[in-house]
Amino acid sequence: MKKKSAIVGIVFWTLVSFLTLFPIYWLFVISVKPAVQLFSTPDIILSDPYWGNYAKVWGDRLLRSYMLNSVIISTGNALLCTILGFLACYALSRFNMSGKESIFFWTITNRMAPPAVFLLPMFLLMTTVYAVGEWSLLDTRIGMILVYCTFNLPFAIWTLRPTVDGIPKELDEAAYVDGASSWKVITEIIFPLCRPGLAVTLILTWVFAWNEYLLAATLTNFNARTLTTGLSEYVTTTGTEWGIMAAISVFTLIPALIVFGLVQKHIVAGLTFGAVKG
Amino acid sequence: MQSKRLGWIFLAPTLVILFFFGVLPFIYVVYVSFHQWNPFAVNPEMVFNGADNFRQIVFDQAFLNSLGVTVLFVVFAVLSELILGYFLAQAFMRDFPGKAIFRTIHTLPLIVAPIIVGSVWKLMTTPSIGIIPHYLDEWFGITMNIGTSATAAFATIVIMDVWHWTPLVTLTLIAALVSLPPDPFEQAQIDGAGKRQIFWHITLPMIAPAVVATVFIRLMDALRTVDEVWMLTGGGPGSATRFVGVHIFKEVFPKTNYGYGSTISVIVLYLTIVVCWLLYVTMLAPRNKKD
Repeated sequence: MKKKSAIVGIVFWTLVSFLTLFPIYWLFVISVKPAVQLFSTPDIILSDPYWGNYAKVWGDRLLRSYMLNSVIISTGNALLCTILGFLACYALSRFNMSGKESIFFWTITNRMAPPAVFLLPMFLLMTTVYAVGEWSLLDTRIGMILVYCTFNLPFAIWTLRPTVDGIPKELDEAAYVDGASSWKVITEIIFPLCRPGLAVTLILTWVFAWNEYLLAATLTNFNARTLTTGLSEYVTTTGTEWGIMAAISVFTLIPALIVFGLVQKHIVAGLTFGAVKG
Repeated sequence: MQSKRLGWIFLAPTLVILFFFGVLPFIYVVYVSFHQWNPFAVNPEMVFNGADNFRQIVFDQAFLNSLGVTVLFVVFAVLSELILGYFLAQAFMRDFPGKAIFRTIHTLPLIVAPIIVGSVWKLMTTPSIGIIPHYLDEWFGITMNIGTSATAAFATIVIMDVWHWTPLVTLTLIAALVSLPPDPFEQAQIDGAGKRQIFWHITLPMIAPAVVATVFIRLMDALRTVDEVWMLTGGGPGSATRFVGVHIFKEVFPKTNYGYGSTISVIVLYLTIVVCWLLYVTMLAPRNKKD
């Protein structure tokens, strides 16, 4: 009986995995095809891979700097959002501030804005208001880190709130009685207990920032361009170079894959967006 | 118990960042929504036209149509994701060899950038070069053309969204299922409750907050989707997949109708907030308070 259900499980999940993996596999297939073969009859089985697209992408110095920008921006943004989100959640959870529930809801409304229209005010603010002399926030890594906070910081707060709320208040009260400072309570008691939630927040905000396209395409020109915007540079007037686009896509997947693999086991424990654990 | 000032200090950085990058642009958009403005024209002057844009929106068939399409999309996609995600989460609750690997594989779509998802699904479904129409035709004799058939384009986008976001739903539901206490289930079994009864009367009410939370975040993101849909169909054929996010994008960029685009954004944002707020106060907040 037990053996049978194990086999059923494996067969079932192999099938599901096939469906899940197929588009990613197909991305890879396209990346190892020369442009002319793209328009012939599609074939599921990969034969005779062509590595030219990868050689081209790897040899492109510009793309390597985009990759570096992507890494710096998404890591910086994920860390900033997780830390600030954690502090905000601690404040919302433990202090009796007036209007805190309204503030909590208000934060998430920042994530709801339809992006297309907000591109222009962002651009104008960054070039004129957040600028000193020649220098402006536009096309800087720090600028993108801050801009991405508009959608990632609310997400971090909403993901972490149930985790922080779930830690009994008696724990910090006992520590305060023992004479610990607020800083000590946060860093030595609350922070370690929130680790699964923090890990999930960190990874998901990282992935959201890594994958963002519209804002990066508008608010960067050269210095802070990210890998996703590099994709659109291969959509030219003479047609789209799908093979190269796919090769870049595979490159964007690899770091995300590594980061995701690292925290895999924490993900389930910490994913409680807005909902309370029973 | 503690000084409130400390609380505000912890909250301050968040409020400052969201003010400068969220509230200020929003105020600007509201301001522009009362104007007629084409910033890319030869004469890019903002002309105040009172509530004209808002009056126009009520009779704008294209906008109302895009709202309808969006609602339909959200219902189909989110419902499928919930049902599928629930079954997968239940399947993951059992132990079987290779579970960790299968779970990792199942979460992979989450890390693919929306713009890449759009591209690869476009390549898979474009007639004559795409693998899906090719085999549908060869094996079943079905013609699928997302360039001309509204149903095919709409269905493809729903399936793409389900492929991309079911993993998130599964993970959230696993998190909810794992934290359920075993006692009520044991008790129900002793009392002779059937599987269906257990689901409707015990499991569902207990995971309801997680379900609502999932609906909440999926709803919010579905309403602002642009990249994937823009890449795959560009909103077409006709207006079959012209969701509000895409509609606004088209109004602002190809048509450069910035003033009116802002008005639509303000209305859409308002509607989103109202729906999400209702969902929040009726379903999520009471449970949070109880804790």
